[in-house]
Amino acid sequence: MSSQQLNIAAPRSGDIDPKYLRQSASSSSNREMFKWVFMRISGPILLVLIFVHLFSNLMVGDGVHGLNFGLVAGKWASPLWQIWDLTMLWLAMIHGTIGVGTIIDDYTSKDRTRVGFKVALYLASVAIIVLGTLVIFTFEPCMTDAAGNLMDNSPSFCFNQ
Amino acid sequence: MSTATTAQQSPPAQKKSGRGTLYRGKEGMWSWVGHRITGVVIFLFLLVHVLDTALVRVSPEAYDAVIGTYKNWYMALGESGLVAAVIYHAFNGIRIVLVDFWKKGTKYHKHMLWAVMIAWVVVFGAFFVRHMMLVLGG
Ligand code: HEM
Ligand code: HEM
Repeated sequence: MSSQQLNIAAPRSGDIDPKYLRQSASSSSNREMFKWVFMRISGPILLVLIFVHLFSNLMVGDGVHGLNFGLVAGKWASPLWQIWDLTMLWLAMIHGTIGVGTIIDDYTSKDRTRVGFKVALYLASVAIIVLGTLVIFTFEPCMTDAAGNLMDNSPSFCFNQ
Repeated sequence: MSTATTAQQSPPAQKKSGRGTLYRGKEGMWSWVGHRITGVVIFLFLLVHVLDTALVRVSPEAYDAVIGTYKNWYMALGESGLVAAVIYHAFNGIRIVLVDFWKKGTKYHKHMLWAVMIAWVVVFGAFFVRHMMLVLGG
């Protein structure tokens, strides 16, 4: 190469006539980038969360026979399992909603159909995330009926209080 | 395709075998179809799963009644199907992440698909044996 430097502006390096800039396109591709990264970060975390969830509920002790209200009460008495389930709920629901959203985009060609499916998807997802979160935070191991008596099938530790 | 097509020509019809494309009809496509189907299945399960877990806010009896219906061999097969889907989706998901982020990922993507299948057989096999023994034994 000679000592002379060619200095040609790189295309799209900022000095583009504003009339060629499309705000909508650039912000929607940021959103696509966010979704792409989110899928790849949440996936490996979900692997750990879900495998441990399945192992602790199906593989240890009596397996599925051990599942009942008392087991859930025992688990959610510990903040570790509360946070575990909360993280799993939010990550799995957001990951799944983004994933199913992509699939809806792929298989719907009419705008109206696509928007209809998406609205239904988002409403269902928000409802499930809110419900699941409330269930974890408002959980009451020793429920009583209107008369103030412990309900049937309450875990045994409720009776020694 | 080696023949050049001009903009006006429509591309030649795909052969059934999918030869001539890198993707269609090959491992890459089937692993993706599987990933898609398992993803939707797990999502639908999760919607129902949060609803049935929410019964703990109704009464201990209501929760135990619904969970009780899971404790037999045919539901155990359903649970196994779900777990089979979760294990495939999880391992193949890790493969996707490696293809995208690991320098040699694209070079070894087929080897990694084999690794996914082998790991799936081992982990699901172990799960299935233990799960069925617990269900039938108790
Ligand atoms: C057949 C397999 C499964 C069984 C038997 C099972 C069982 C349970 C049980 C007993 C609970 C109560 C709390 C706890 O144990 O931590 C629970 C909660 C939960 N499970 Fe599973 N689970 C299964 C599969 C899954 C899968 C595949 C996912 C993820 C996609 C999942 C996500 C959750 C979440 C997010 C909660 C918390 C729900 C809430 O916030 O109300 N579970 N599950
Ligand atoms: C267990 C650990 C998991 C891992 C490692 C994982 C990983 C991934 C990855 C890497 C993708 C590809 C995203 C893309 O192509 O941009 C993906 C897609 C997807 N995932 Fe997961 N995921 C996991 C759990 C879940 C769960 C629990 C659900 C459902 C609640 C789910 C539903 C989906 C769906 C519907 C897609 C879209 C598939 C498509 O576009 O073809 N995944 N997952």
